Amino acid sequence: MWIYILRRVLYNLPVFLGIILFLMAALRVKDPIPGMLGKFPEPEDYARMEKALGLDQPFLVQYASFLADIVTLDFDQESYDKPGLQAGEIVKDAIPPTMAITVPALMLSTLISVCVALISAFYRGRLPDRLLVFLAVIGMSVSFVVYIIIGQYFGAYRLNELLGPGNGLFAIEGFDTSEPGWWVHYCLLPVLISVIVSMGYDTRFYRAVMVEESGKDYIVTAQAKGASKKKIMFVHMLKNAMIPIITRVMITLPFLITGSFLLEMYFNIPGMGNNLIRAINANDFPVIQAFGAIFAAFFIVTNILTDVAYALVDPRVRLS
Amino acid sequence: MTAPNKPLLELRDVRTYFYGDEGEARAVDGVSYTIGPGQTLGVVGESGCGKSVTALSIMRLVPSPPGKTVAGQILFEGRDLLALEEREMRAIRGNDIAMIFQEPATALNPVYTVGNQIVEAVRLHQGLDREQARARAIEMLKLVGIPSPEERVDEYPHQLSGGMRQRVMIALAMSCDPKLLIADEPTTALDVTVQAQILELISALQKRTGMSVLLITHDLGVVAETADHVCVMYAGKVVETAPVERLFARPAHPYTIGLLRSLPELARPGEKLPTIEGVVPNATRFPSGCRFRTRCSLARDLCAEREPPLEPVGGDEGDGHAAACHFLEEAIEL
Repeated sequence: MWIYILRRVLYNLPVFLGIILFLMAALRVKDPIPGMLGKFPEPEDYARMEKALGLDQPFLVQYASFLADIVTLDFDQESYDKPGLQAGEIVKDAIPPTMAITVPALMLSTLISVCVALISAFYRGRLPDRLLVFLAVIGMSVSFVVYIIIGQYFGAYRLNELLGPGNGLFAIEGFDTSEPGWWVHYCLLPVLISVIVSMGYDTRFYRAVMVEESGKDYIVTAQAKGASKKKIMFVHMLKNAMIPIITRVMITLPFLITGSFLLEMYFNIPGMGNNLIRAINANDFPVIQAFGAIFAAFFIVTNILTDVAYALVDPRVRLS
Repeated sequence: MTAPNKPLLELRDVRTYFYGDEGEARAVDGVSYTIGPGQTLGVVGESGCGKSVTALSIMRLVPSPPGKTVAGQILFEGRDLLALEEREMRAIRGNDIAMIFQEPATALNPVYTVGNQIVEAVRLHQGLDREQARARAIEMLKLVGIPSPEERVDEYPHQLSGGMRQRVMIALAMSCDPKLLIADEPTTALDVTVQAQILELISALQKRTGMSVLLITHDLGVVAETADHVCVMYAGKVVETAPVERLFARPAHPYTIGLLRSLPELARPGEKLPTIEGVVPNATRFPSGCRFRTRCSLARDLCAEREPPLEPVGGDEGDGHAAACHFLEEAIEL
């Protein structure tokens, strides 16, 4: 198993190096300095900025030094948009608020969707199944923004009006983790919205997986053995269905860290998505580059985790 | 073995229909046969003749919807399986009646070890604890001739060859000492050499335990080697039934005759192998009267008007030879 993991890591290493190479090249195709200092900067300002960003060095030296930053997780270049803060500090501060939303959202939506899909598959073709599929299609047909607006109107406006001033349950601005009960106050509503949005898609996908598995031959064998329908679903079908389920969850994992741009913007949560958009708008070269590296690293780690998870669930993977 | 007086399993006019977009498909339409204790009944027929659906009907595992056993009785040791509660039926499946399938590659659950899959059945029906069940699994693997069963018990299906997987399926089926083993095309997916081994294994296990076997196959050669009695099915019906020697020596139904003629073993060198023209009719649109008439050289008006009943063949009644054809005398001349 350890050899397998090591092999996966070694396979993915060149991919990561390639992504970083591409990221750095892409950010340098157009000279980033005029974006920060204006179209016609003073030559001495230009030179100072070029030196601060390390752009005066040959590309390979910059590449090596940036890789060193990644390995030590120390992005020490100063942010342009927020002077006095290092790029690494901005990224570091943005991760917890994002994860406070995305981690519970992903866990809840996956858990609920898999359960709903199991119920749906159990009653396949009958009324409960049709009703659930119908609701899922409606759920996925409505825009994300509609959920946000309705959620904010009822959750953060009408409900708070009802509870009286100062007792508001949900807030949509002023994110502050030092308050008691901050998570419910600032995060619960976006988490619920996020769960509802992804449930439509997830339920339909997981139901399709279950239905496919329920038609396999080994199900008939299990039935012929005399196993109960519940046992067949939870022991035989679910473990086989875990393979596509894991794939799906893993594909969504990078969302844990990139965060939902929309939710973070609408709820004023100082997370990754919010900060990245701000950095892009401000041409904040060091911060954009640091974000790019972190996202790339996270995707790669997710890839490796996916492969490992496969090997844990599916005995056929270990041999290859 | 001679036909015993009290059958273990008796099918009486079983009808299993499927309801789809094209209408009612009468996959099994009035099938009756019996299996005595210790007996092997071979059910032969082309793909789509309803032989597998009959077997699934016995196990009450016809996928529903769209399928449903709408009429008939399936008497197992005198009890009508069709009238049992699902819970009572589960206690019979895998315990009194076990089943093995055509594709050992997909019939085993890929994510559990073969040992676990046997243990599950044993624990379900015999109430053994984990240790005892594992010991039983190893014992069963040994019984079906799997080398070094102590190691194989912890292997996954994909680590075994096709023949070994079918042996595991047999071990699984035999683990609770069933009274009836339903083998649905057990050798079809296997190499010829492995086929013979699997058939021998089933016969040996049958001798040892005295169970009955319902052997479903499209291969008359397999039937000739293993069965005591044969049912030939066509388009959801039994068209001929006879003791095995009798069927091969004196087939009575034009369809059976056609099947036997098309056996490569019986072909004369240099001649083209005879075949039965046409295909099995679609189960939603069976011809009126005799369902074989569209492919039969003897067919005439009467065949379209009236369905031939299954009638005893030849003078010596009581040996169980019967066929469903209006023109049996002429068919025998074929």
